[in-house]
Amino acid sequence: MLKIENLSVAVNGREILHDINLHIRPGEVHVLFGPNGIGKSTLMSAIMGFERYEITKGKIYFKGQDITNAPVFERAKLGIGIMIQRPPTIRGLSLRQMEGICGATPEETEHMAEWMDLNKFLDRSVNEGFSGGEIKRSELLQLMAQKPELLLLDEPESGVDVENIALVGRAANYILNSATAACGKACDRPCCPHNFKDVQVNPLGKSNRSGLIITHLGHILKYVPADTGHIVFDGTLACSGDPEEMLSCIGQSGYEHCIHQGCRRWKK
Amino acid sequence: MSVNKEKLTEALDKKAIYGEDLNFTSYDDNDTVRIKSTDELSAGGKKKLERVGIELDEAGRSATFVQVDNAAVTVNVKKDTPLVLMNTGDAAKAFPELVEKYWWKAVSPETDKYTAKTALEKETGYFIHVKAGTKISAPLQACVFMGHEDQLQRVHNVIIMEEGSELNIISGCASDPTVENGVHIGISEFFIGKNAKMTFTMIHSWGEKVAVRPRTVAIVDEGGLYMSNYVCLDKVADVQMYPTCRLIGKGATARLNSILVAPEGAHLDIGGKAILEVSGTKAEIITRSISTGGTIINRGLLQGLAEGVRAHLECNGLMLNDKGRIYAIPELDAHTGNSELSHEAAVGRIAPEEIEYLMARGLDEEEAAATIVRGFLNINIEGLPESLEKKITDTLDTFTYNKGM
Repeated sequence: MLKIENLSVAVNGREILHDINLHIRPGEVHVLFGPNGIGKSTLMSAIMGFERYEITKGKIYFKGQDITNAPVFERAKLGIGIMIQRPPTIRGLSLRQMEGICGATPEETEHMAEWMDLNKFLDRSVNEGFSGGEIKRSELLQLMAQKPELLLLDEPESGVDVENIALVGRAANYILNSATAACGKACDRPCCPHNFKDVQVNPLGKSNRSGLIITHLGHILKYVPADTGHIVFDGTLACSGDPEEMLSCIGQSGYEHCIHQGCRRWKK
Repeated sequence: MSVNKEKLTEALDKKAIYGEDLNFTSYDDNDTVRIKSTDELSAGGKKKLERVGIELDEAGRSATFVQVDNAAVTVNVKKDTPLVLMNTGDAAKAFPELVEKYWWKAVSPETDKYTAKTALEKETGYFIHVKAGTKISAPLQACVFMGHEDQLQRVHNVIIMEEGSELNIISGCASDPTVENGVHIGISEFFIGKNAKMTFTMIHSWGEKVAVRPRTVAIVDEGGLYMSNYVCLDKVADVQMYPTCRLIGKGATARLNSILVAPEGAHLDIGGKAILEVSGTKAEIITRSISTGGTIINRGLLQGLAEGVRAHLECNGLMLNDKGRIYAIPELDAHTGNSELSHEAAVGRIAPEEIEYLMARGLDEEEAAATIVRGFLNINIEGLPESLEKKITDTLDTFTYNKGM
């Protein structure tokens, strides 16, 4: 799905990421851990093709196509969807209109907004006066409309209260695993096909999407099963392994210690 | 009319405070009637009327007024509609007592050469009178049309809204597509009575070299509401206006919204003034301006003369071209300790992160920029009747942002 080869990325002339290699196969979900300001968001922005992020070396392939120099909208059209941390306010453009831009039909928009508890926000300007949690829910609503094949989530739980983390988590899981989204105790509200008011409406019918998620606390992993974790350190992917193990190690002894201690064990 | 002719003749040389001084002698100042009805307008002229919100079949309108050059050609009130609509000159003859009370009482005829000129010449324009308690739901449409080259057009409008009355007005001003040069002078005096409500939506589409000098004062009494919306998206050489609302009764409210686009060669000097004369009055002035190469001077003044008044002024500008200029001059003038006056002004270009955000949702760069511009111009006008809101949205839809401009 996504293949990154020897990628180096610079911002304002300063190299932030060096020689990154990453391979996400169809249906796989990867997680990026690492301290703040280390380059996790830089990697995501480079995958999306944002202008500030200059690729100084290496290649990015998506579905076998070299997208290293493709403009942002082409990557979006190919199937990459991103949730950035602090999206800007677009005054005068309603969330409903934005849903249309993302590709949802008016009916889908109504249904999905209900799942995300955002009906009252549909006619408000995108992100204007939204709280942290409302921004995340609105971003996920847009991504549901976009139906991306690769979902990039930059700290989906930041600024979200405890109650809404479940909603955000389930929504992310629904986008990734819409056909089989887990039901039962983890799915008592939206984003579970068995829980739809109208079972016929499952806009993201197709499953097996891939994801790349940046998380600090790992709350999102309770709702989204992840396959592989990576610790980003000193501008490189310092090591890769089981995300749950990594998270608990980081929680106990910190990133640096964890890299020295655990990386050897995790390396395959 | 109790005007002092001598003083007025002197005032003919009085330059306006703002705007380029216009020389009347270079324009054709006569009252010749070339077009007797809207049927005689050119196809292009009819299209222009449509563009500024005037329905020639009068569908969905309570009344219609059309002035071409310096003559009123249509003065129609739908059957059983309880309002008075007349040519101002005819109304002055019919109702001398109203002339005493209202004519030139909101706008001083000696303000400048434009008011003086209009006061001295034969009177044309619309007179609208809505009696106490009368609420009219279908909008009244009033159009002032410039039909031939080099015309000097004068308009004097008087609107009297009695206590508790309600009316929505669409005022469309345009010129025939063949008209390049001309001067339009429009004097408007609005009297909004106690608890009366009037919305006034004005859409302009003039010729590229036309100069426009409106002089508007609205006086709003206790509990009254005056909402003015001004939309100017088409290239016009030179508009200078500084409409004023005087809020003279407790709880009187004024809202002024303007949506302005200045292409290269356009000079828009547009202001908005609210004078909050008694306590408990409120005002809001909002302007969105876009320069695609032209100049926009955006003045705004909130004057709080009494305790407990509240007003907000907002002028935001977008520069879409390096050649243009947007000059925002918001002013607050509080005369008491207990008034809440605020302003917000911002001029800038489209933020690149907004473009990228929309590109990440699948729009290409130009589509993203156009979407942001459309959103920027889209002021959410509270309380506007649906048909008027649709007219504004439709007009905005015709504005396309072209990156190369």
